[in-house]
This record gives sequence, structure tokens and C-alpha cells, in this order.
Amino acid sequence: MQNRHQIIKKILPCLLSIFIATSLISCSEQKNEASSKLNQEYPPESGGTLVDAMSGEPSGLIAMMAGESSASAIASNIFNSLLKYDKNLELTGELAKSWDVSADQKTITFHLKPNLKWADGKPLTSADVLFTWQTVTNDNTRSPYGADYKLVKKAEAPDANTFKVTYAQPYAPALDSWSGLHVLPKHLLEDQDINNTPFSRHPVGSHYYQLDQWKKGESISLKRNPNASQGQAKIDRLVSRIIPDRAAQFLELMADNIDSMSLNSIQYARIFPARPDLTNKIAQYKELGNSYTYLGFNLKRKPFNDVRVRQAINYAIDKQEIIDGVLLGLGLPVASPYKPGTRWSNPKLQPYPYNPQKAITLLKAAGFEDHDHDGILDRDGQPLSFEILTNQNKEREMSAVLVQRRLKEIGIDVKIRVVEWATFISRFIKTGDFNVVLLGWGLGLEPDQFNIWHSSQQAPGQFNFIGYNNPKVDMLLETGRTELNPDKRMKIYHQFAEILLEDSPVVYLFAGYGLPAMHKRVKGIDDPAPPAGIGHNAYEWYIPTPLRRNEMSAE
Amino acid sequence: MLKYLLNRLFWMVPLLVGISLISFLIMHLAPGDITSTEASFNPKTSEESRQKLRELYNLDKPVIVQYGLWLKRMSTLDFGHSFASHQSPVFWQETDKDGNVTKGMIQEALPITLLINVLSLILIIGIALPLGVISALTQNKLPDRSITIFVFIGFAIPSFWLALMLMYWTGVSHNWLPISGLHSLGADKLSWFSQALDTLKHLTLPILISGLTGLAGISLFVRNGMLDVLHQDYITTARAKGLPENTVIYKHALRNALLPLITIFGLSIPGLIGGSVIAESIFAIPGMGKLFYDAVLMRDFPVIMGILTIGSALTLVGNLLADLAYAWADPRVRKGVAQ
Amino acid sequence: MNAILKNPLALAGLIIIAIISFMAVFAPLIAPFDPDAINVKSILLAPSSSHWMGTDGLGRDVYSRMLFGARISLLVGIVAVGIATIIGIVLGALAGFYRGWADTVIMRLVDVMLSIPTFFLILAVIAFLTPSIWNIMIVIGLTSWMGVTRLVRAEFLSLRNREFVLASQTLGAQDSRLIFKQLLPNSLTPIIVSSVLGVASAVLVESGLSFLGLGVQAPQASWGNILTDGKEYIEFAWWLSLFPGLAILITVMGYNLLGEGLRDALDPRTSNNK
Repeated sequence: MQNRHQIIKKILPCLLSIFIATSLISCSEQKNEASSKLNQEYPPESGGTLVDAMSGEPSGLIAMMAGESSASAIASNIFNSLLKYDKNLELTGELAKSWDVSADQKTITFHLKPNLKWADGKPLTSADVLFTWQTVTNDNTRSPYGADYKLVKKAEAPDANTFKVTYAQPYAPALDSWSGLHVLPKHLLEDQDINNTPFSRHPVGSHYYQLDQWKKGESISLKRNPNASQGQAKIDRLVSRIIPDRAAQFLELMADNIDSMSLNSIQYARIFPARPDLTNKIAQYKELGNSYTYLGFNLKRKPFNDVRVRQAINYAIDKQEIIDGVLLGLGLPVASPYKPGTRWSNPKLQPYPYNPQKAITLLKAAGFEDHDHDGILDRDGQPLSFEILTNQNKEREMSAVLVQRRLKEIGIDVKIRVVEWATFISRFIKTGDFNVVLLGWGLGLEPDQFNIWHSSQQAPGQFNFIGYNNPKVDMLLETGRTELNPDKRMKIYHQFAEILLEDSPVVYLFAGYGLPAMHKRVKGIDDPAPPAGIGHNAYEWYIPTPLRRNEMSAE
Repeated sequence: MLKYLLNRLFWMVPLLVGISLISFLIMHLAPGDITSTEASFNPKTSEESRQKLRELYNLDKPVIVQYGLWLKRMSTLDFGHSFASHQSPVFWQETDKDGNVTKGMIQEALPITLLINVLSLILIIGIALPLGVISALTQNKLPDRSITIFVFIGFAIPSFWLALMLMYWTGVSHNWLPISGLHSLGADKLSWFSQALDTLKHLTLPILISGLTGLAGISLFVRNGMLDVLHQDYITTARAKGLPENTVIYKHALRNALLPLITIFGLSIPGLIGGSVIAESIFAIPGMGKLFYDAVLMRDFPVIMGILTIGSALTLVGNLLADLAYAWADPRVRKGVAQ
Repeated sequence: MNAILKNPLALAGLIIIAIISFMAVFAPLIAPFDPDAINVKSILLAPSSSHWMGTDGLGRDVYSRMLFGARISLLVGIVAVGIATIIGIVLGALAGFYRGWADTVIMRLVDVMLSIPTFFLILAVIAFLTPSIWNIMIVIGLTSWMGVTRLVRAEFLSLRNREFVLASQTLGAQDSRLIFKQLLPNSLTPIIVSSVLGVASAVLVESGLSFLGLGVQAPQASWGNILTDGKEYIEFAWWLSLFPGLAILITVMGYNLLGEGLRDALDPRTSNNK
């Protein structure tokens, strides 16, 4: 007995080390072989499965009803809109072959491509588009997105390939709005209650893919749609696994169980460079982000109603430091609420430079000095002290901390409060009960930002919750909405952005990059990413046969 | 026995009402409803349409009216429909006029959570029993101390940290176990046996971790129960009679020390269900915990209420079963009840 | 006290608690850096002689944050347990002393609370009330008093009929005097044991809430949120999760060992009667 123990004790470590050594050798051999295989050139071919991960499960796949980002991500592979943005973010036709705007700029006529079909083989006609418009504008439809479409005074489908909408007044954002409305099949939804229809879990669309299988809480699989309106995609199946925890997602990416996820800056700039085994098999991409982060003041409150105070705070914040610290350099400073490099972004504008001296001078002019020598500026006995409110978002929390420190250096006392989203909106934003918020807005492709900056949009639940009120901006926003000429529009919004920057109702902090990672088995991806991001030609991506994942590898 | 059972069942009613009242009040503590989630914070949405939603869901009515409406429906086991998830029934499946069946959210999530918890309970018993007995027999000696330290480590280690380390070790460093989810891709093409094996592999880590966390409670309970029994008169008598030590320990002492365990299992149900939130979030398992957490973030009141009520009702039933089993197993109680 | 000294595990627990508490109390004196001092140039440095536990994603010194985090984590544990114990004593005393309908109502309430999955309840309330350190302490306290109530009630029920209590009652002692001078001191030991064990659970609950994004909020450091910060880099920036993970493990162990040791020592049934 004793003897046997002794022997086992001696042998075990040997066995173990042999086992480990052999597995290491075989592993590294496999890896070298695999990585050279991955880097070869392959001709495009169709087939294969692309697996990605999403944090949340969509509630349904009718985008106008669901609203979550996971829903629109999947639904946009299934449904088409009339228009879309191309790789350079210019509007172009999707279901529409072309469109005309009438001389009075009030009527838009869309000409559909011929012979469009739904995935079930039924023809897709202008009647479906009209039905979709009727649905989204119906008062019984519980969609939050109806407002844009309700401005249409008259919508008609004179023939099967023509759809015509007439607005009471020229409405410039109209075209953009038609790029965001998924066209739904009339023949399947006609007698259904759109609010509660099985269709949202069994959708039928016209885009590259159709729903194959939805395993609740686990994954959503799409397969190629043989009747796709835009031609055939190369990859056969798209599977989105629902993995709520981002750490678990990253483990799945490392273990090669998913092909893509979007990285955070630490993963992108620190982990990947330190792990050749990851960079060998996974490609990293960098694309223009879809939102910017800002510090917004409650303009109805003192002292933020004083432009000098706002400008001073703007000068006192080192944006580059935030970009370097929070995003590890993976972001851009912005000076207007538009995507840098696109038509609407005014190239002349520069962000406020970091200049604490100027900040102190401005604050002094506004009456703030450290009269009582407690290290904090004050005016009329009131210290300059406020709370920055933000929601649970790592980047925003970290930015708030950096802002806090810079403001403290010039004598402003800042506290930070982080609140969960639903409470944040209902308790603070809707009631206007805040001093300063740190939030983000989308960098939309449509320049109209009437809802955010126009003085009429300040009621509880509306989006000008900071209370911005500038008659000149109001005027520009109003004319911008009715001007359909792109060049004239551009001038209007360049001027708007200039006033906004000067007024400083918000401090633009940064626009972060999107950092998608993709397994190298997926070929045909544009690198560097065009303005629209790598996803613009996803239908051309392909997975060469030798690189495909052995679908059911576990025995 | 029947009278006892009826009495117990009768008492469950006020308890259930109490539970529903508490959960209802808590939900109305703070502002925020289904219309204040991330998706609605989009300049393309309008306040009027959100107000419309609120009216549709009766959120504009006074709280007490909402509670009344809810209680009325609950008495018929109608837990309503989810606000957030496209009107899915909260509890049980429904068939619409075209014959489409929509599964209930709890109906789908509960079996998964129960499966994990039952399996981890089995694991816990399998390990905790021998550990507890060894501990009691070697009281304050090395084996007892080591076991105590081991089970406490299991209890004290933050479970998500351990989970992530194990996921990395067994899933990334070595390709031993799947990392997250319930099924491998394409598993439904396999035979039922391979499918079961596949699911079991996916559940290995969640079960292991939830088992490790629960080990301390049960093994200490067994240990202390054994010590308690070992010092009692009848054990001393049995020993005095010259019965072999093994017989004394396993036939007399262990049986009596195990009886109260039944009650402990009944009481541990809410802890197990509640503890599933973290494990299910990290392992991407669509069970009750994940469902509840999502519902909380979405302010999906019907789902929150449904889960709290059904989770509590399960506990009540569990406790009842445990008490009945106890009564059945313990001759003293059995006799008492019969009289 | 002697009994604890004789039980090496309980003694170990006591020492752990003492050390951690010392570090928490004197954190400002011990910490080599300002826990909130950001340094963009020293992001994610591995442990070294200047940063013992490395730095985090904002270049903050993890060791200093751990020391200040200890304050928050222990505070959450102790205050939450304090709240639970006070509620438990009051309700348990009322139920055990007056019996009758007070007992019935209180014990039904206990049953109700015991059958609701507690973590769900905590999660919902904290999400609705917004997670702040005070809310977390209060909510954990309000959801964990049932055990103490049962303990106190049971002790009171058994003590009430003891001779010394009966004697003072016949001598005309007031109820409050009886409760505070006679009954409560005599039921103190099980309360202490359950409180010590309660701190351990509360520390764990806070870390679990942090994982779900509902714990103590940044920039305030708690062990739970430091650990959560590190979870995405568990093998790359291992120091971000290893140290808070170990700290929670050791502290919770400490409280458990002390609690169980106390129970062993104070409970005549399980103590080693040689």
C-alpha cells in the first residue's frame, strides 16, 4: 500500500510533465500551421457560418417596435429600407432604384427596383411600402418612431413600383427617415395586431438573410435568403449568440467559439499586442464611432447660464488626456455634433484647447475667485461646486473622474454620481433635476438636430433637457429642416455648429472609435475601414472552405 | 395528517398575499418605468407616444388600482404579459387564434434553473455528507480543520471570479469544456444522448460553482448535527451495549443527524434561485436569474412580480414538502401527528 | 475569549479580521498613493516595487485603492449587519416576550421574507433606488434580519420560563427592564455569532452586486467594484482581479472562521467535552 503510494507520487509528476510538454508542442505546431493557413489568399466562395455574440436578446425583430440595438442589428440583415447609406455615407437606393424630389420640394417619388420578392416568394411592391407607412403612423401602433412619418400628409402607391409621399412643408430629413424604415410584408401582417404578432419572432423580409432558428435566450441563426433583393450574400449562415457578460464574450473569442466581437480599448491596444496567439488568428479593425461623449450643463441653473463659466470649463478640460487615458488614444476630439470627416462636420472648427489660465481669467470675469482661500472659487459666498451625473458606463465614469481632477486644479469642486439608466432618465433627465451630465449623443448621418437643440424641445421627456435656447440656432435649425439642397444645407449646419461651439452649452469630450475584431477566417473585409465601417460590404465577406469551423467539433 | 396539511395549505394564502404586497410596493418605490429604458432615449421617439404606452399598460393609474388589477389576475394564475418582450406571457404559454403557441417566459426559464439547482444539490449532498461526517469524527483534529477551511474557501470565494478563472482554464487554455451557453452550435443535429452529454458539459462549471458555494452550509450542518447526536444519551447507551462503532455512527447517529437536513433543503430554495443571477449572467444561461435581472433593468413590472411570486410560492411548496417528508421520516413526529 | 484562543481556526479568523480592520482604519496613513489619483502615463502597470499591486486602467495604484476599498467593503458589511441585528432583536424580543398576536404577525412576516428569494429582492430594490453605498447597506440590512429574529425569539421563549426571569417578574419588574437587563444579555451569544457570520455574507453580496453593476459606484472604490473592473482582463492584467478576489476570500473566511469558532466554543453541545 505504502509502496504503491510512493510509486504513484513519483510517477505522477513525470506523467504530468510529459503530458503537458507534448500538448504544448502539438499546440504550438498546430498554431503555426494554422496561422500560415489563415494568412493565405483565397478566392471568394460562398458557404460557411459566421458566429458573433450580442449582450442582450431582442424582444422581437420588427425594428420599429423593438428599439434595442440587438434587434436592429439582426433585423437589418432581414429587412430592407427604401434607401441606405453607402460606404462613404452618401444616401443611395436599396429597395428604391431612384427617387425624385418635386420642384416645390414637398413631394418625393420613389421608384422601386423591378421584380422584388419577399423571402417567401411573394412579390414586394409599393403596396407593402404604403402598408408599412400606414402601420408606423397608426395611432394604435406602439412604436416610438412614428413622429418623422406622421409629417407625411399624403402617401400613395400609384403603381406597383412607385411610392409617393407628400409633406405639408419641405422636410429635409425625410430622405434619411426613409433609410431607417424597414419595409414589412403586407400579405403577412395585414390582419395582424402589429403590437403583438407572432411575425416579430418569425419575420419574413427581403434582405440577404432570413430567420432560420431562434433559440430563446441562446442564439438567433439566420440563413441565406434565396430571393434576396440585393443579390446573394456569400456566407451561408449568421449565428448571433446571446452572451451577456463581456468578459465571457472575450473568452469565447479567444477560444475561437465566436468569430467577432467589438473590443474595448484595453483589449485592442494592450491585450492584443501582447498576445501573438491572438493577433495570429484575429484581425483588429478601427472604424469611426457612432456617438460622441459630452459634458452637458443645465442652462436653466446658475452659474451655467453664464457663457463665460461654460467656456472656462471647456478650456479647463484636457480632451486629449481623456482620449489617451480612457480610450488609450483610440478616439478623436470633436468640435461639432457630426461625424468627423463627413460633409456636415465643419472642418474649420477646432475644439477648445486645454488652457487652464484662460479658464481662470474667464471665471474671474464672471465673478468667481477664491475669496475665502479654501481652494475653491466662489461668488457671492457661493462656492463653485457641482455634481456630474452619469450613467453606468465605464468610459463615462472614467471620463468624469478625469474631468473632476482637471476642474479641481482650477478651483472647481466636482462630485461624481453614477446612476443606473432607467433611474437616470426618469429621476434626473425628465425632471431636469441635475447640474451637469456626462452623456453621449449619436453622431447621426442626418444633420437635423432640431429635437436636441431647438428651444421648443424642452418639455419633460423631450431631448433639449439641458435647456438650450438661442434664437439664431432655432432659426438655422428651422431653415435646415426645409432646405433640401445639400450644399445650402451644409452651409446652414456648418454655421449652426460654429455657434454651438462658441456658446458651449456642452463640452465635446471625444468620439471613440468602434473596434471590431474578426477572426481571420473571414475574408473580404475592407481594411482600413471606410467611413461607414467594415460592415458595409458584409454580403461580400466569405469564409474559405479550408478555414471553416468544424461545426459540431465536440464528438 | 390531513388536517395538518390543510392547515399548512391555508396558511400559504396570506403568505402569498404578503409576498405579492411586498414585491408590489418595492416596485413602486422609485420612479422609472418601461418607457424610460435605453431604447426610448432616442431623439426619434416622442413623449406623446411614450405617454400612450403608459396608458396602455395602466401605468398612469394609482398604485393601489394597479395592485388590485394585478391581484385579481394573479388569483387565476394569470401573470399577464411582459411589457418589454413583445407581449410574451409571463408565466405559461398561450395559443392565439391562428394556433401559434407563445411559450411563457417563466415556463421556459424555470426548468433550466431547477435543473442546475437540483444537480448542484445532488453534488452538494454527495460531497458534504462524507465531509461533515469525517469532520465530526475527527473534531478539532487535522482532517476536521482542513475540511472546515476547504468548505469556507468554497463559500468565501467570489463566485464570478472563480467562474471566470475556470472558464479561462478549462475553455481557453485547454479545450476541455465549453465556456458559456447551454448547447453547442448545431447540437440539435446530434442524437439525444450526445445532446444530453453536450448540455451536461455546458452545465459542468455552473453546477460545480454553485455546488462549491453551498458546500459549507450543508457540511457544517452535518458536522454539528453529528456532534450533537453523538453526545446524546442513546448513543452512549448504544456504545455501552457494545455495538460496533461503525453501527453506532452510521445506523444510529447519522440517521438522526440527517433528519433536520430535509428542512434545510426546503429553506435553501430561495437562496439557490436568488444566487442564480450571477451564474446565469456569466455563463449565458437563460434561466430565472437572467430573466429577473433583465426585467429589473427594463422595469418590466409583470415579469418582476411574476418571478418574485412564483419563486416564493416554490419556496413555500418546498418547505411544505420538506416538512411533510420530515414528518414522515421522524417516528416521533409521525406518531404525534397520528394522534 | 479563552475558547477562541484555544481554537486555532477561530484565532486565525480573529487575526485576519484584526489586520484587515487595522488596514481599513489607517488606510490614509498606510496608502502610498492617493487612491483616486489618475495617471494616464502609468496605465495597467504590473506589480512592482513602487506599485505593489500594480495599477488599473486609469493608472491608479491598486494597493491604495484596495486599502480604501477595505473601508467601504467592511463598512457595508458591518452597517448592514447592524441594521439587521437591531431589527431582528426588536422584532424577536416582541414576538418572544409578548407572544400572542404579536408573535403570530411577526413570525408570518418572517415566513414571508424567508420565502422571497432574497438576492432578487435586493437586486430589485437597489436597481430601483439607485445603487449608493447607503442604499446597499440599508437594503442588505432590511432583507437579512429574519435569522436574528428567530434566534432572539427562541432564546426569549426558553428564557422566559426560567426561574430568574419568573422571579423578577413576580417582584414587579417592568417589561422593558426585564427585556434589557435580563433576557437580552442572556441571549447575546447566538446574536453575536450570527452577526459575525452576517458580515461575511454582506461582503459577498456587495461583490455580487458590483458584478451586476449595482454595487458601490465608481469612482468610490470597493473590493467588489475593483474586482469587477478587472474581470475582463483576468489573465492579462491578473493583478486587477487577483488582489481584490483574494482580499474578499480572506476576509470572508476570517469572519466565517471566527463565527463558527465562536459557535463551537459557546455552544455546549458541539464543544469538545473531554
